[in-house]
Amino acid sequence: MSRKQKALIMLALAAAMTFGVMPSASAMHIMEGYLPPTACVLWGVLCLPFLAAGFLSIRNRLNDNKRALPLLAVSGAFIFVISSLKIPSVTGSCSHMTGTGLGAILFGPFAVSVLGVIVLLFQAVLLAHGGLTTLGANIFSMAIAGPFVSYGIYLLCRKFRVNRKVGVFLAASVGDLFTYCVTSLQLAAAYPSEQGGIAASAIKFLGVFAPTQVPLAVIEGLLTVVIVIALESYAKPELKCVGYYKEEAKRS
Amino acid sequence: MSRTSKTVFCCLAAVVLIALIPLFALKGAEFGGSDDAGSVMIEEIQGGVYEPWFTPVLETMIDGELPGEVESLIFCLQTGIGVGVIAFFLGRFVERKKLGKMEE
Repeated sequence: MSRKQKALIMLALAAAMTFGVMPSASAMHIMEGYLPPTACVLWGVLCLPFLAAGFLSIRNRLNDNKRALPLLAVSGAFIFVISSLKIPSVTGSCSHMTGTGLGAILFGPFAVSVLGVIVLLFQAVLLAHGGLTTLGANIFSMAIAGPFVSYGIYLLCRKFRVNRKVGVFLAASVGDLFTYCVTSLQLAAAYPSEQGGIAASAIKFLGVFAPTQVPLAVIEGLLTVVIVIALESYAKPELKCVGYYKEEAKRS
Repeated sequence: MSRTSKTVFCCLAAVVLIALIPLFALKGAEFGGSDDAGSVMIEEIQGGVYEPWFTPVLETMIDGELPGEVESLIFCLQTGIGVGVIAFFLGRFVERKKLGKMEE
């Protein structure tokens, strides 16, 4: 680990500890029946173009080259594992991570939205966690907004030639945090406070979610780095296939 | 130990630490209700008890909330499926490299 990485982790830890006195609260996906019907439909419709684009992007990728399939499976499975782990956080409650960073880095944000839907459906139907009516809103926050931010940050880091692992770490953890920011905004839009409206209520929800999620975002970043290292050491041909090394190829 | 394995080791150690420290630092904290906290917040903003207008399909079918043990079973199942897939493919990759059959 480079000194920069260490400093980053220490900073995050320190920030997490200072929030440790916050009252206990946490949240993950928006619960079943907690969004008004119009909002449910709206978010659902908003997701459709992304899902269609994602489906096509995956199909094209696999038609191009079947070798991308193992990586796609690993990215999907990574979301499965990561989002099933409920981890105690500094606020005295548990929350879980999203795991969408890996897929976004390897396949772009559209493909991840499809992978994310599988996980969200699994949890909504079998675990009553999230929900079918709020599926649209949850897809938007976890499988669209988060991955887009991850992908953007990753590209930026590549552009400025930041160390690749640092880039992966930042992409995954900020994407995770952003997912929960979007969830806060969605809830705020549905439940504006009497004084101050949506903005005031958004700050309230953010205050509930953000402190819990910060250490988890760090964990998600670290785990994503670990799996990327594993893939880099053992799955080079597949990574080449999905264009993971394309910037280097262009430069040399 | 190579540089890469050191990085991996440090990352995993940090993950375990971050996950476990709250458990010991906040003795007696509940570490509970993921869903509850959100609804408490909504009730605070709205003032009064909020009735969700839709109950999860599964809860309607079994007339009540999913028992805690069964819930953890399904969560384990989810983790298991994921870990299985990752382990299967990574195992294949590792063996392939070992056998020196790397193409290209």
